[in-house]
Amino acid sequence: MGELKRTPLYDLHVELGAKMVPFAGYEMPVQYGLGVMKEHLHTRAAAGLFDVSHMGQVILGGASYEAIAGAFERMVPMDVLGLGEGRQRYGLFTNGAGGIEDDLMFANRGDHLFVVVNAACKEGDIARMRSVLEPGVTVTEITDRALIALQGPAAETALARLNADVAGMSFMDVATVALNGAECWVSRSGYTGEDGYEISVPAAEAEALSRALLAMDEVEAIGLGARDSLRLEAGLCLYGNDIDAGTSPIEAGLTWAIQKVRRAGGDRAGGFPGASRLFGDLAEGVARKRVGLAPQGRAPMRAGTQLFAEAEGGDAIGEVTSGGFGPTLNGPVAMGYVGSAQAAAGTEIFGEVRGKRMPVTVAKMPLVPANFKR
Amino acid sequence: MKFTEEHEWLREEDGLIVVGITDHASEQLGDVVFVELPETGTEVTKDEEVCVIESVKAASDILAPIDGEIVEVNDAIVEDPGKVNEDPMGDAWFFKIKAADPSQMDDYMDEAAYKDFIG
Repeated sequence: MGELKRTPLYDLHVELGAKMVPFAGYEMPVQYGLGVMKEHLHTRAAAGLFDVSHMGQVILGGASYEAIAGAFERMVPMDVLGLGEGRQRYGLFTNGAGGIEDDLMFANRGDHLFVVVNAACKEGDIARMRSVLEPGVTVTEITDRALIALQGPAAETALARLNADVAGMSFMDVATVALNGAECWVSRSGYTGEDGYEISVPAAEAEALSRALLAMDEVEAIGLGARDSLRLEAGLCLYGNDIDAGTSPIEAGLTWAIQKVRRAGGDRAGGFPGASRLFGDLAEGVARKRVGLAPQGRAPMRAGTQLFAEAEGGDAIGEVTSGGFGPTLNGPVAMGYVGSAQAAAGTEIFGEVRGKRMPVTVAKMPLVPANFKR
Repeated sequence: MKFTEEHEWLREEDGLIVVGITDHASEQLGDVVFVELPETGTEVTKDEEVCVIESVKAASDILAPIDGEIVEVNDAIVEDPGKVNEDPMGDAWFFKIKAADPSQMDDYMDEAAYKDFIG
């Protein structure tokens, strides 16, 4: 792995007493003094500030938005051309077999596309974008900006103190906004199931902006530990756990992210990697599906837990891909893949924990209702 | 009070050995969310895995520090696992063992040695 990289907020994390751990090649805060449980609950009750600067920020430039979007549609099964200016969308890079190479956010910022990709995948993503999109589209990795997320029901109140304009943004809007004297690229989005913002801020001004937010009563610094339990309760996929190069978006329950215009019969159907597999999955159904899982006991069912249809005997029907404790649910929570026959909400199946099969109910996701500002 | 390299503590009380985990262990584990305790009456041998504790981060085994019989368990920490973080050295004990050979206690560290051990 070599030397671990640090984000522009590293010194602040250490000063705040964070426990730093290696994550995707970076030294990142897994928790602060509050601990995972209280950090999670604070985010759902007020507002949490997350450093997500390890994620990749990329600008795609070109002759026009249409030219850039048209090219980008060759990489993702999303409607990029139809995305309005100042709007953001969730996307997936697919591969030739219809698997998922990464999940991402992309935004129409007028004359360019702004793309945010996962830290662990960013080198591969950028290489792939260069190979597919250049020379017609320029691919520029943004390395001089931090990325922070302010999440929770009090995020609007807190951020609006720095610039009232952010209160007028709706879920998935993007805008350039001056915050604490810094030119920020703000989106009303996040990955916790809560209302909130993601803020790309020049690296030199990231610490001052973070301090300004942390000085507010509503805001606490939140580590990756709580980020994981928040997104798990919200039913959101962690790339590498819940989706990967072998998972089709249809199996993963991400069909909603593939707009009709790119599906069979749509005006711009196909033209992205793995289209035939995805169209086949959509037409014929899939053998396995990602589902929410609510263990009936108190024992967490962690990633790798084998799932069975019966309390005894039989082969595994699937596996937990993310699991742990959900502080908001005050109980264990998980997600994983099961055969389509067991995928209906309410189905009782069994997870094998320490050699014992424990009952677990297939549950509708998200397990904790989302709180977005639509 | 004695301490093991597995970050458990043992103390004698009314002829029984009370076992729990140390402050240091509780801090390292983070928020404890699940505790499974052995059945009373179970015969255990030293270093046998007798129960499981899960924090927000991971599952860990709790070992029997000595041979003997589990005669009492602390159901309060099953009901409210957070107690293990609040008072690991006191109210949040795990189980009491009727020791087969109390001299096994002598193998373990005293408080000063344990403090050196955890640095």
